[in-house]
Amino acid sequence: MTQEQTTYTAKDFSSDQEIRWCPGCGDYSILKQVQSVLPEIGVAKEDIVFISGIGCSSRFPYYLNTYGMHSIHGRAPAVASGLKIANPNLSIWVITGDGDALSIGGNHIIHLLRRNFDMNVLLFNNEIYGLTKGQYSPTSPEGKVTKSTPMGSVDHPFNPLALAAGADGTFIARAMDRDPKHLRTILKEADDHKGTSLIEIYQNCNVFNDGAFGVFTDKATKANTTVFVEHGQPLVFGENENMGVRLDGATPVVVDLESGDFSKEDLWKHDKTDRSKAGILMRCFDTPTGDAASLPRPFGVFYQEEKTCYEDMLHEQIKTSLEQKGEGDLQELLSGNNTWEIQ
Amino acid sequence: MEELKTTKHNKESKKDVAILFAGDSGDGIQLTGSQFSNTSALFGNDVSTFPDYPAEIRAPQGTIAGVSGFQLNFGSIEIFTPGDMCDVLVVMNAAALKANLSKLKIGGTIIANTGGFDKKNLKLSGYVDMRNPLEDNSLGKYRVIEIDVTKLTRESLKESPLGMKEKDRSKNMFVLGFLYWMYNRKLEPTKKFLHEKFRSKPDLIDANIAVLKAGYNYGDTSETFTTRYEVKPAPLPKGVYRNIMGNQGLAIGLVAASRKAGLPLFYGSYPITPASDILHELSKHKNFNVRSFQAEDEIAAITSAIGASFAGNIGITASSGPGIALKGEALGLACILEIPLVVINVQRGGPSTGLPTKTEQADLLQAIYGRNGEAPIPVIAASSPRDCFNQAFEAVRIAIEHMTPVFLLSDGYIANGAEPWRFPSEDKLKAIHPPMLKEASDEEFLPYRRDEKGVRQWAVPGIKGLEHRIGGLEKQDETGNVSYDPDNHEKMVGLRAEKIARIADFIPLQKVDQGEDTGKLCILGWGSTYGAIKTAVKELLLEGHSVSQVHVKYLFPFPKNLEELLKGFDKVVVPELNTGQLVKIIRSEFLIDAKPLSKVKGLPFTSIEIKDAALKYLEA
Repeated sequence: MTQEQTTYTAKDFSSDQEIRWCPGCGDYSILKQVQSVLPEIGVAKEDIVFISGIGCSSRFPYYLNTYGMHSIHGRAPAVASGLKIANPNLSIWVITGDGDALSIGGNHIIHLLRRNFDMNVLLFNNEIYGLTKGQYSPTSPEGKVTKSTPMGSVDHPFNPLALAAGADGTFIARAMDRDPKHLRTILKEADDHKGTSLIEIYQNCNVFNDGAFGVFTDKATKANTTVFVEHGQPLVFGENENMGVRLDGATPVVVDLESGDFSKEDLWKHDKTDRSKAGILMRCFDTPTGDAASLPRPFGVFYQEEKTCYEDMLHEQIKTSLEQKGEGDLQELLSGNNTWEIQ
Repeated sequence: MEELKTTKHNKESKKDVAILFAGDSGDGIQLTGSQFSNTSALFGNDVSTFPDYPAEIRAPQGTIAGVSGFQLNFGSIEIFTPGDMCDVLVVMNAAALKANLSKLKIGGTIIANTGGFDKKNLKLSGYVDMRNPLEDNSLGKYRVIEIDVTKLTRESLKESPLGMKEKDRSKNMFVLGFLYWMYNRKLEPTKKFLHEKFRSKPDLIDANIAVLKAGYNYGDTSETFTTRYEVKPAPLPKGVYRNIMGNQGLAIGLVAASRKAGLPLFYGSYPITPASDILHELSKHKNFNVRSFQAEDEIAAITSAIGASFAGNIGITASSGPGIALKGEALGLACILEIPLVVINVQRGGPSTGLPTKTEQADLLQAIYGRNGEAPIPVIAASSPRDCFNQAFEAVRIAIEHMTPVFLLSDGYIANGAEPWRFPSEDKLKAIHPPMLKEASDEEFLPYRRDEKGVRQWAVPGIKGLEHRIGGLEKQDETGNVSYDPDNHEKMVGLRAEKIARIADFIPLQKVDQGEDTGKLCILGWGSTYGAIKTAVKELLLEGHSVSQVHVKYLFPFPKNLEELLKGFDKVVVPELNTGQLVKIIRSEFLIDAKPLSKVKGLPFTSIEIKDAALKYLEA
């Protein structure tokens, strides 16, 4: 990517198009945080491409003054893969939702992750189909009453991060629309990572699924229901940092730091390079009940690993082939190995 | 070359001979057939081949279901088909005979491996009471040459260190050697091939060559056969030739076109019969800056190609019926984006999984009409293995110069068929001009502003000042911004249609392939029926009939003069390997009372079928 000399501001990344999300939609915050982070990534505007699928969130590229494509439902990861192979210099951002990435495009997202193309995937999870006006999605909780599930959904929801880990994702993170500062940090870290960076972003659909993440985002409850993990730091949470998560063998347990039984030294220290522990962290997926023993929902970078990227390996092979065989000779290709002449 | 001694035999001259090799799918039939074809082509014969094999990789041995066939037609005259009926039927076992006897001309020759007619084989192939057809006089109408190939092969490998199983696998070489003797062919090309194929396994080279020679010598020394045949080189146009298979021609055509356009080639593909060979071939040519990507599914194959085209590569994908069906939505996307893309459909029998290894032409209407919304996409077709090269080049040219997805139709028959090809010289290939913007100008960039051809400009990510967004939503004229305006939508539908219609100004006018420009009967074909129609019309013309052959390669839009041309004939008959698709379009577009000639058996037309139908119309 060309290093841009001129300094951009967030405003340089807004397009002239009127934003048409519902007032109060969580997408506004995410758009704003992305526009704020883009000037910091050191990439020229013309080298940035946003690719989306279908859904409310997928209108995203229209609102950014970069290159962009609003493709078809679920296929953004595949479009982006071809784009990255064609031009590995581009900074590519895939914008997708829970239905787009995990239902109709489920196949593409897992293959993108395992191939580890160097790009960023922002998965807007609102646990509902918004654009089609309110059917349950593959992340909606069991029992969810929607237009298509009047008696409650009988589907078990996906755990998007565990799915990403199962597909050998190399950067797996969670953030939320209502915590802009944390979201910006994660966006920056995702962009710094070489490989496919997946960020699940909790996004409130205030029309069809208002408050789905309220328990994590509302000031009144947030401190006790969420834990923001940082590499090398103990898992501390609570109003006055009075709670912690300890690993009892492979089982995470909530402990009270004020009881005198445990100190921060006893807590689970987050190591984003530890695959097994990242797995345990991802499995902290039960909705906190408010009960003192109930585990908080983790946010932050769960897992990160260095791994070769598909596009680099492919272009390496092309380079090797050029070195070994030389630039392809078209006439030789046309002739083949066996010719004969008719006089 | 080591001189093989030959005793005196009668020599009979033949203009053309069709041989059908048949045996178990593990018998090396395809290899035997293609070796005989290559050797004959190198000798100077004109050749056309048709492999016919089961979908199962190794169907149960000895059964009818497991029979693999390879038919080839070679001659001292121009050859356009693998032959309707064969002159020689080579059968490695009883099932091969049972499955193919109906394809042998009365009076034709059967070369039978008696080792494949034991009780077990007779039972597996379903001969009543295990009666051996070689012994019950049921083959009286044919000349039967019985050879215990299995035994003779083992005999000639007595000294070889190979195991029995491996020895038996070279019995196809015995048959090949015998046929080389029968038709006076040199063993050199096959020897060379064996040396290359088994480079690291000298034992296998020695064994195969020993058996090949044994087969040749058997013909020479055995008293049974007194006739050898001579098929002289064909009077083909002067030039340098090679053999080409359809799928190979497609791949080479794509590479050549990408080179002539100065763009890297991106090939996104998911394996499917009978299109996979294009992926295999392209994957070998990385030093031509070919980026081949085996995608997770058919949809990713096409959408990754769209992504690559957005970045300024020429995005290409290929598949067959079921895969093409999956690509439908993305085709609409490429159409509304107005981005170059080539989609190749190597058609096979359908619907659904249908007949994966058999040929059909039943996807024409799908190619022209099979999308949601008003989504016009140019459709062209290849008519023979060697034509695959030209049409692949054309598909890329139209896609790039007109900023549109292009459908290229081939089918299983030409994909796997082979024929000699007088390949072009690189500098004779025309340059392709991408309407690509290199940098921003002072003028405001409007991604959907059009030139006089109705074509927009291609601005790829990486160019400063040309940042823009494209997508599948209807777009405002010129700006490309999302628009739901009713009048704008109608206008855009019109502009997209107009752009495709104008391609007719940039393709050749329709020519008459054989016969006069007007007359009683026009046989109008498209795609792989070319050879059978060519042969039939040639004979009809020699017999003095008023008949012409018109073969359409540009199916949408049609060449501008096609309507006028067809209206110069009293009757138009359209042979197709479907229940009547092109004929439907001709009738609806031109109000011409064209008649269908249909065949949907998973097999190509024979020239006799076409000739018979033509005669019926001529005599009516």
